[in-house]
Amino acid sequence: MVTLTIDGRKVQVEKGTTILDAAKRIGIDIPTLCYHPDLEARAVCRVCVVEIEGQKLLQPACAYPVSEGMVVRTNTQAVRQARRMAVELLLAKHPQDCLQCIRNQNCELQALAERLGIREVRFERRLRGLPEDHSTPSIVREPDKCILCRRCVETCQNVQGVGVLFPAGRGADTVVTPVFGNDLADVSCALCGQCILACPVGAISERDDTERVWEALADPSKHVVVQTAPAIRATIGEEMGMEPGTLVTGKLVAALRRLGFDKVMDTDFTADLTIIEEGNELLERIKEGGVLPMITSCSPGWIKFGEHYYPDLLPHISTCKSPQQMFGALVKTYYAQKAGIDPANIFSVSLMPCTAKKFEAERPEMRSSGYQDVDAVLTSRELGRMLREAGIRFDDLPEEEHDDPMGISTGAGAIFGATGGVMEAALRTVYEVATGSELGDLEFEQVRGLDGIKEAEVNLNGLTVRVAVAHGLGNAKKILEMLRAGKANYHFIEIMCCPGGCVGGGGQPIPSTMEIKGKRGRALYLADRNMPYRKSHENPAIKQIYAEFLEKPLGERSHQLLHTHYTSRSKY
Amino acid sequence: MEFYRSHVLVCGGTPCVLGGCKAVRDALIGEIHRQGLSREIKVVETGCLGPCDLGPVIVVYPEGTFYGPVKVEDVPLIVEEHLLKGRVVDRLIARERPAEKEIVKYEAPSYLGPQKRIVLRNCGLIDPESVEEYIGRDGYAALGRCLSQMKPGEVIDLVKRSGLVGRGGAAFPTGLKWEFTAKADADQKYILCNADEGEPGTFKDRLILEGDPHSIIEGMAIAGYAVGADKGFVYIRGEYVISIERMQKAIDQARRLGLLGENIFGSGFGFDIEIRKGAGAYVCGEETALIESIEGGRGEPRIKPPYPGTHGLWGKPTVVNNVETLANIPPIILNGPEWFRGFGTERCPGTKVFTLTGDINNKGLIEVPMGITLRQVIYEIGGGIPGGREFKMAQTGGTSGGCLPRELLDVPMDYFSLAEAGSALGSGALLIMDDSHCIVDIARCFMKFFRHESCGKCTPCREGTDRLYEIMDMVSSGRGRAQDIDLMTELAQVMQRASLCGLGQAAPVPVLTMLKYFRDEFEAHIADRTCPTGTCGL
Repeated sequence: MVTLTIDGRKVQVEKGTTILDAAKRIGIDIPTLCYHPDLEARAVCRVCVVEIEGQKLLQPACAYPVSEGMVVRTNTQAVRQARRMAVELLLAKHPQDCLQCIRNQNCELQALAERLGIREVRFERRLRGLPEDHSTPSIVREPDKCILCRRCVETCQNVQGVGVLFPAGRGADTVVTPVFGNDLADVSCALCGQCILACPVGAISERDDTERVWEALADPSKHVVVQTAPAIRATIGEEMGMEPGTLVTGKLVAALRRLGFDKVMDTDFTADLTIIEEGNELLERIKEGGVLPMITSCSPGWIKFGEHYYPDLLPHISTCKSPQQMFGALVKTYYAQKAGIDPANIFSVSLMPCTAKKFEAERPEMRSSGYQDVDAVLTSRELGRMLREAGIRFDDLPEEEHDDPMGISTGAGAIFGATGGVMEAALRTVYEVATGSELGDLEFEQVRGLDGIKEAEVNLNGLTVRVAVAHGLGNAKKILEMLRAGKANYHFIEIMCCPGGCVGGGGQPIPSTMEIKGKRGRALYLADRNMPYRKSHENPAIKQIYAEFLEKPLGERSHQLLHTHYTSRSKY
Repeated sequence: MEFYRSHVLVCGGTPCVLGGCKAVRDALIGEIHRQGLSREIKVVETGCLGPCDLGPVIVVYPEGTFYGPVKVEDVPLIVEEHLLKGRVVDRLIARERPAEKEIVKYEAPSYLGPQKRIVLRNCGLIDPESVEEYIGRDGYAALGRCLSQMKPGEVIDLVKRSGLVGRGGAAFPTGLKWEFTAKADADQKYILCNADEGEPGTFKDRLILEGDPHSIIEGMAIAGYAVGADKGFVYIRGEYVISIERMQKAIDQARRLGLLGENIFGSGFGFDIEIRKGAGAYVCGEETALIESIEGGRGEPRIKPPYPGTHGLWGKPTVVNNVETLANIPPIILNGPEWFRGFGTERCPGTKVFTLTGDINNKGLIEVPMGITLRQVIYEIGGGIPGGREFKMAQTGGTSGGCLPRELLDVPMDYFSLAEAGSALGSGALLIMDDSHCIVDIARCFMKFFRHESCGKCTPCREGTDRLYEIMDMVSSGRGRAQDIDLMTELAQVMQRASLCGLGQAAPVPVLTMLKYFRDEFEAHIADRTCPTGTCGL
């Protein structure tokens, strides 16, 4: 333990603690900007600087470790002057179009300028005039708003291990950009949107599709169906001002009905369907000597990443479409048939935690119904915008149920939104299908939680099935490199592109720290425990769709509608 | 070994190379051959001799006659008259300005004056491409003594007692730096020689490398022995083509003689060195940016702590020493700390190598004891200001150093005295400016340099250098605002205190000293829209 003095008060903390964290212990919130609790400190913005007795230089509280007897002052004239100067310098090149900005009222720079009482900028206002990037269906970059905090760079390179965003140029000409000033569409970006969550301002954001959805809702000829991804029920409440981790499944359904959606159905239903198809695919691969280990395919960011960086491993990826795309294919075939609606008039919206889902929906393979299977993808943040605009008081809403038949789901489907959830759901079904006996304890604790890589073993009638779970592409890379080296001795691997799984998706509410993601994940496990059915194969709607439409798992119709293929996108 | 009755040393420093010394050398060899003197007279290309603006310069030994500038067409005369007939060619003798005083003998006290050559002990005297000549001047004796008679701790102790402080500008005690790394527990440690000399007006490291590369190898190997490192890198500015060539040759020679490699002198200690070339970023002279660059990353500084001494290259304990610091090591080992403390001041023992540039009669490379006054350097060695103009200011320490006015001419030139005057000894560049220069214009040029060289990582430096340049540009073009002096002062102070690395911390120093000592010139530009010197177009 180390004892130091901050602003005249003694505090004892563990060795290695930063001044920032030590100050927090005694109720002092040192202002920060480039700091992010999940990222290694870069200390580039210099907003959190403090005075340390005996040093001429001011030091960044976010990165500077405490030492015994250290005397720190966090609020002196020199400190305030340096902080304000740093913010003033940033503002002088910032567009300051806050009223029209997508991050209005949820912007760290805006909040900081307010907090530090910046009332004038003494330097010439000068914008850099950098071009915006609207090249992908998922992510919009507005580099003029960038304050060069490099949180996106750190996230892209070190958390996700993708590394398409870099600082380029020097001094005042420094910009954060894909290599050689390319657009995102021209580089190997997974479109995961983790950079959006990292950005303190509006320099990176999701492509906003709300207008297209408003138009569809206003069009009387359209039958507008929405599917709600598993993770959304644990995050839309948060987006609407509730505590992180508040489970709001019923209110979500009610809210969507009030916005005017004709049918509110559930991606959890196709999550259950995924388990049936994918579980059978796994058993078949094991039985018939297929390519193992098999890797999950629910996460479109992971798929795109795999197509760019691991084209040699594509045969390992399950051919199952993601639940979003299974839903899309079925809503314009099975549901259209059942409801007697011309699929041409169905407008299919999905509510997703994810920016890569926007890209996935536009993939040319995703038209098995004869139409684009999913017409529009909204993230939690976009839905939040629509609900606020519509004046829907979210916390006052009643609890309502999803519509039949594709709204009936199980707890297994719900936990898809947390890392390890797909694996756990699959194991519940695979165990019972393979052994024919009932699983005692449904909860596979080994695959839950926020450890980067998790492993488990399950005994299926004498065969020990080894599984692994990785979330965040940085962790996925570790497993994929093992696989390449022939050292991944597993049967089944779950990969989720985003840290924390879909509760931490790039379309989720901001801020999205690991602490918050943990709370969201726990909400999904709560949802699971509250469900009448907790195993995908027990879902009566699933039994029904096989009986009425699909016939059998991995059958011809399944192949036509529910399975897909992958394409190498390697640049080299 | 061959015996020659005469040696002709041809300066092969970059300024003389640019002046045509290679052709002079070839002409000398050809002419000596033609006269049948090849077995009596040897031509040696050396490192820098010092008076760079007189080049190409040559010295004829044993007389020590100093000729310069020498043209190819002068060569037959020198060979015929001096080398064959033994008559000095008066017309070609190098002449110092302003009195056109002849430098008859290169090493004569009248020429060197207050200079003392420790670092430059071999520069200009030996063929830098000959390890034998280095050994002939006690080269590698210090390494031998360390490996055969001293424990690593004793080497560190000796360097600590010498009081040597880093010559790259930060003046950190070298022995202490070594001790940190020696104490760090690790499977691998590194010695880095910082030869990324980027400070405008500084070329001392280049000329040391060109003139005496083995002294750097020896210094690094001693450092490696002291701290327990078996691997070193010399990070040399890519533009320093001759330095790189000569350093590589020196490394090859040392390897061949077993002075680098495994089990040096049978001691069991092994050490080897590789060269890494810089790609032109000024910031890579900052030690952590240099490390990033060697690792293959973007040249940007890291947060300190942790310091390189414990977490350096590839996370391993690493000593980063400047070229000049390392060149001091062998003589300190051989002559002892008390000898070293006999030069310079109590707080800053030893000498300092300076490069004299600007409005001064004798430009070039000098080495003087620490603590000599600015006045002595300018008037006794530099020969004063040319063209009958008045001294206006001297910038010490390169572009990131302070600008000192006439009233401070008697400030002692050592790290601490200059810091107290708001400037820095820095890398040893000394830029002299006469009264024809406009302060605002000079400040604008300096800030343009820093605006270009800031790496862009931290806010105060990235935006601050941009804004200081912008404001200087407005002031110098008559668009200054009344509040600009205060705004620049505040901004410069924040940059100094809050920037991430030495670049941003030092970039505002010239501006702050100029605002302090020449405030009236800024005020004239802003309030009266006039330039008192009439040079900046207002």
